[in-house]
Order: sequence, then C-alpha cells, then structure tokens
Amino acid sequence: MKYDRVIERRQFLKGTLGAVSLIALPGCDNLSQGTWFPSILSKAEKLTEGVQRAITPTNALAKEYGEGDISKVFPANGSTDPGTADYAGHVAKNFSEWMVEVGGLVQTPVSWSLAALKEFPARTQITRHDCVEGWSAIGKWTGVPLGDLMRKVVPLSNAKFAVFHCADVDEEGVRYYESMALVDCYHPQTILAYELNGAPLDVPHGAPIRLRFERQLGYKQAKYVMRIELVETLSGIAGGKGGYWEDEGYEWYAGI
Amino acid sequence: MVSVKNQRTKIDRGEEAEQVPGLAKVVETPFKESQALTVNQPDDPTARSASPPLRERVYRHRLPVRISHWLNVPCLFILIMSGFQIFNAHPALYWGDRSDRDQPLLSIRPIRVENGEMRGVTTILGYKFDTTGVLGYSDASRRAFPAWATIPSAKSLAMGRQWHLFFAWLLVINGLFFATYSLISRHASRDLAPTGKDLRGIGQAIKNHIALRHPKGAEAKRYNVLQKLAYILILCVVAPLMILTGLAMSPTIDTAFPWLLMIFGGRQAARMVHFIACFSFVGFIVVHVAEVILTGFYNNIRSMVTGWFVVKHEHEGSSHEI
Repeated sequence: MKYDRVIERRQFLKGTLGAVSLIALPGCDNLSQGTWFPSILSKAEKLTEGVQRAITPTNALAKEYGEGDISKVFPANGSTDPGTADYAGHVAKNFSEWMVEVGGLVQTPVSWSLAALKEFPARTQITRHDCVEGWSAIGKWTGVPLGDLMRKVVPLSNAKFAVFHCADVDEEGVRYYESMALVDCYHPQTILAYELNGAPLDVPHGAPIRLRFERQLGYKQAKYVMRIELVETLSGIAGGKGGYWEDEGYEWYAGI
Repeated sequence: MVSVKNQRTKIDRGEEAEQVPGLAKVVETPFKESQALTVNQPDDPTARSASPPLRERVYRHRLPVRISHWLNVPCLFILIMSGFQIFNAHPALYWGDRSDRDQPLLSIRPIRVENGEMRGVTTILGYKFDTTGVLGYSDASRRAFPAWATIPSAKSLAMGRQWHLFFAWLLVINGLFFATYSLISRHASRDLAPTGKDLRGIGQAIKNHIALRHPKGAEAKRYNVLQKLAYILILCVVAPLMILTGLAMSPTIDTAFPWLLMIFGGRQAARMVHFIACFSFVGFIVVHVAEVILTGFYNNIRSMVTGWFVVKHEHEGSSHEI
C-alpha cells in the first residue's frame, strides 16, 4: 500500500518534471541533429576563446601542486594502447628507435630521438589534469619544453598551429591527432613529457612521449606523439576540425 | 476627483503613488462607462454599497524586466538539462582538487545485483539509495540522469557542452543587462531591496506563506519581504556562485585567477558547489512557479507579458482609498 503510493508519487513527479521536457526535448534533439543550430551554438567557442585569451596573461602558469597532492591512481582515458604492430615493435625495443619529427612550416625541420630529447634541460611540474568528463587527477610530469624545440626549428611567419600526429588508431582505423595554437607552444608549462611521477611514461599514459598542455582539458594532451607539423590552417587535415575529438564534435578551444 | 477614460478611471492618490513610483495608477471597473460613473461617485452611499470590488490596474513590470525574465526561462531549462548531460559523463562529486574515485561524496551508478538485474544506486556520504527508474538506471539504460531530463536526450557529452556553454553566455549577458538596468532605473533599490518595515514583518510573512495567505489589495502591488529576499538570494548569491564555480572549472581561467580555486577549495569542490547551486535554482523555480499559480496564474502571467497587473480592492478598503 505504502509502496504503491511511493511509486505513484514518483510517477507523478516524473510526469510533472517530464512534461516540459516532453514538449521541449524533441525540439532540442532535432536542433542538435541538424547543422544550422550546432553551428550557432559553436559561436560560443569563439567568444570563450576571445575572452579567455584577452583576460589571461600569455604566460600565466597553471597551479603547481606538492608531492603530497599527487593522485594515487592517475586514470588512463581514451586509447590506452595503440595496439599496432609498429608500436608493439617500439615497445619491444624500449622506444630506443622512437623519433619525434618537427616539420611543416619551419626553417629547419629536425627529428629527435627519445635520448636526444632527454638531453634538453628538463622541466618537472606537478599539475592537475582536468578531463572533459569532469574528473581531475594530479600527476608529476617531466619533459622538454616545446618552446625549446620551436626555437631550434624556427617556425615560418605563416605558421599558426602545431599539429600533433600520434601512433594510436581507433577501432575504425582513424588516426588520433591534436592541434594547438602556435602561441601556446611557447607557454613555459607546455612540455613533451617522457616521465610520469618519476618513472618513464607507461603505455596507457602515452609512452614514450605525450603532450602536456596544462591550460586546456585532457583531450588536448596528445599521447604517443610521433610528428609535430606546423601549419597555417587546420582544414584539410583529417576531419578538418583540428583533432580526433574535435572531429567528433568537441570544441577545439578546450580552455573550459 | 474622478475622470473617466474608456472604462478606466484614473485616480490621483498622492501617498500611494509615492510608495510605488513609476507605476501608473489606473482603476478599472467591470462596468460600462455609464455605470462606472455612478458606482464610483463617492457622494452616493447607496451606489457604493451595491458595487463589486474595484479592480485597479497597475503597471507592474517594465519592458526590460519582462524581456530579461523570459530570456531566463529557456536559458535556465537548457542549462540545467544540458548540465545533467555533462554530469552523466562522470556521475560523481568530490571535495578538494582531485577526484579520488574510491571516495566520492555523491555518486549515481548502475549496479548489477545478485539476480542479474540492473539497479540504479545513488550514494550520498556513504548512504545508498535505490533510485532505479530515475537515477543510475532508467528505461533500460545505464545513465545517471534519465533521458527525459537531459539535453540532448541521448548520451552526448560533446553536444551537451555545446548547448551548455552557449546558453551560459546568453544567461550571463542577460544577467549583466538586467543588473545594469536595475541599478540605473533604481528597480533594485526601489522594488527589490527590503525596507526596515519589510524586515520587521518577516515573522508574520513566514506565517502567512505557510498558511498560503497572500497579500491582497494595495499590499499585492509590491513584492513582499520573502519574495524580495528570494530574488536577492538568487541574484546576488546563487547566480554569482554558479558563474564563479563554472569559471573555476576552467583550467585557463584558473591560471588567470588562481584565487578562484582557493575560495572554493579546489576544482572538484567548485564542481560540487556548481551542482548545489544548480539544485538551488531548481528549488527556486519550483517555489516560484508554485507561487505564480497560487497568487493568480493568469494575472501573474499577464503582468509578466504585458506589464499590467490587476489588484482587487475589497469594498471597505477601496472606498476610503478613493
């Protein structure tokens, strides 16, 4: 009897709360599936980027934490193993032949081995990783500042973005890639990391090289980086939106 | 002094007009012109005793307030529902900077029980509640908030974020417009700020609200003290909290304004406060809509659409006022 009433009340509540959504939701769903409305919604991304860049000093640093703040478990999200034969070969050889090539719109393209990258002055930072899903984890990253590599290759004046080509491929054979504005490559905390919490990067976290781009969300932190290409425009690369997740509908500007 | 204009009788009452300045004072009678003249003739006591309650029309909400109010409606619905979509991507809340997955303060999860059946379980501070059908597991799908409560209804974090961030901007721009207008037009100081007399009457106002007794006559022309406090709480506390916690979740904004993380106690704490502020909005909307219905649905809706609100004066009250 009492149970029935609870169910009844729940149904009533569900009905009342759902009434508005019953009318509005199909409308919202239709709008989401079209193209014109999402293109209006995406205008907010440009506004957010414009405002955030205007009010954030170019070199303002992300908060750096203490050793005691490090997450006991740093979740590995997205792809956790590229799974290709080529990559498995690199794992077997402990990445001794892994090269990171920086080219595209630069004066002098250079390829660095993992050992060569480790010869650059390293930067270690304990920072917070904010996933687009909502969770955060704190880890200690060590790597080479990307700005130092940029100063070696010298970008041409028409280079606007750095595109990160990765070793991982999804179930449908789509290769992972990411991109960032050239200006963000020079941020002191933007590093190509090869260590997490004092140990060489493991496969789930992007071995041997992953990007740390501390002022944006987790999906921008490209793993398994093989090649960095400087370009003038992102259109023409894969889906044209500047990244694997961007091609799936996520914002390219992931500052929030 | 009474002058008749198209069934509306304009009256001049110096003191009343002072209390709610800027509001036009018009009395409307349900009678035809000729009858209205007779009814409102103060020297005719027989006519007075026969007349029905007087209807006074007041211009209660000015255009900028009305526009701002109606823009809030879709913005809030979309923000709440797309917010639930975003929450569904990681349906747990924590305090501090990290999300240590073994110790959430709140989580909404689908769980398979012994007989193989799926149940939705909401855990708050370690206490578990079976919320199957609404939270955690609904309509044969594993999701924290059910499809009817999210935008879009299907699982899509990317689309949920697009809706959320667009309408967040719209709400903020609308809020800035309303705040500027309210300060310049003195809507804030005149209509929203409670007076000393208001605050002294708060005990009685609470009793009246609990008994569902609402202000009538001249008192119904202005916001009552609880109404004023509710609006002020939402405008000056909950809405700013919502915006600041939203910004505190932005890794870029955190570098520009590190104090945001300090005041909320970390990014995950800010996410939790954002969620609490969301449910404060939900609570406000429920009470607000209930009051709109209880105090005259049609009259209230009309006043928020056209600006004009009708106040009925009981016979004794209205006769001495005129």
